[in-house]
Amino acid sequence: MSHDHHDDHHPEPPSDIEARALALESLLREKGLISAEEIDRVVETYERDIGPMIGARVVARAWLDPEYRQRLLTDAAAAVAELGIGAPPVGDLVVIENGPGVHNMVVCTLCSCYPWAVLGLPPSWYKSPAYRSRAVREPREVLREFGLELPERVRVNVWDSSSDLRYMVLPERPAGTEGWSEEELAALVSRDCMIGVARPQAPAATGAAG
Amino acid sequence: MGGMHGFGRVPIEPDEPLFHAPWEGRVLAIQGRTRRAGLFHLDEFRHAIERMPPARYLEASYYERWLTAVETLLLEKGVISREELAGGRAITPAPKPPAAPDDRPPLRPLFRVGEAVTTRNTHPPGHTRLPRYARGRRGLVRSAHGPFLLPDTNAHLAGRDWEPVYAVEFSAAELWGDAAPAGDAVCIDLWESYLRRADA
Repeated sequence: MSHDHHDDHHPEPPSDIEARALALESLLREKGLISAEEIDRVVETYERDIGPMIGARVVARAWLDPEYRQRLLTDAAAAVAELGIGAPPVGDLVVIENGPGVHNMVVCTLCSCYPWAVLGLPPSWYKSPAYRSRAVREPREVLREFGLELPERVRVNVWDSSSDLRYMVLPERPAGTEGWSEEELAALVSRDCMIGVARPQAPAATGAAG
Repeated sequence: MGGMHGFGRVPIEPDEPLFHAPWEGRVLAIQGRTRRAGLFHLDEFRHAIERMPPARYLEASYYERWLTAVETLLLEKGVISREELAGGRAITPAPKPPAAPDDRPPLRPLFRVGEAVTTRNTHPPGHTRLPRYARGRRGLVRSAHGPFLLPDTNAHLAGRDWEPVYAVEFSAAELWGDAAPAGDAVCIDLWESYLRRADA
């Protein structure tokens, strides 16, 4: 008797999940635990105000101001708050610095911990079993899939963020960007650079720097 | 799932939207609101996700896991009932959540930066944040943070045990064997009770 026409679909079609989400929302609204406006506001905040542009500003400032860079490496949450950008409190944030001999990348093998306050919501690949399982065991192969080939002399440090500390990578400033403004520099810093699966490239320097 | 095999290439989606369907954003907001209202905390939430049957866990999308965990916790705590969830209508008012005490002590780390430590080889049935691939391994303390509540007890509401958390560096060879590139390393945040002073 369970064979009605719904069983022709996959066991968990997206519409079922959507129905569950809507049922939970309407129930919690009736109980006065949440309002539709509050939910809209959270969604809008992540769509508009919180994203990698915050981290990119922080990185650009650190490239331009050595004292700010030092403060960022010592107390990242305070240094980010200094710039007056971003909505929520930053929380326990650690910024780790790339150098000529070391490349850092961030993963959460146990769930999907990610520095939301400075990078926004994580991309799907960051939450995927493939990235979570492989980033610690074969980081160089994973980086190659992102188009980043690291020479042997560069050590790879993977940060498995298993506690409530959040990690963000401070990439190296590309050559050929002398005299650039903070805004121009920030435009070079992608989300992936701050997770540590890419490196910022100066467009003009790609040919000349060799 | 650190170190597991068989998941293939990293699925990179160019120009990925923030949400793949509007319900995902609703679930994100519901989790944040109910958690900040004190109805559950993050360790309980993570453990509720881990309690999904393994095959379901792997099949489910990120936000489906979130939805499942929020439903599970709110049902277990009597905030909502199965009957209410099925009907979509409230029958009883939600109970008031208990306030979390402000009992965080100052940081008093037992281990020094640069000190060699060994992780315990332990396989608890419940929640822990000591990754399986790093049990019984030797590493070096890079920095001390916190204190943070020990998730192993906090997730089960079995105690509020504040402990220092250390970023501990393990050589890739220590974790994965001699074939791993020399110089490469993995740093893991580990609670003090996961660690022992290493023999010299």
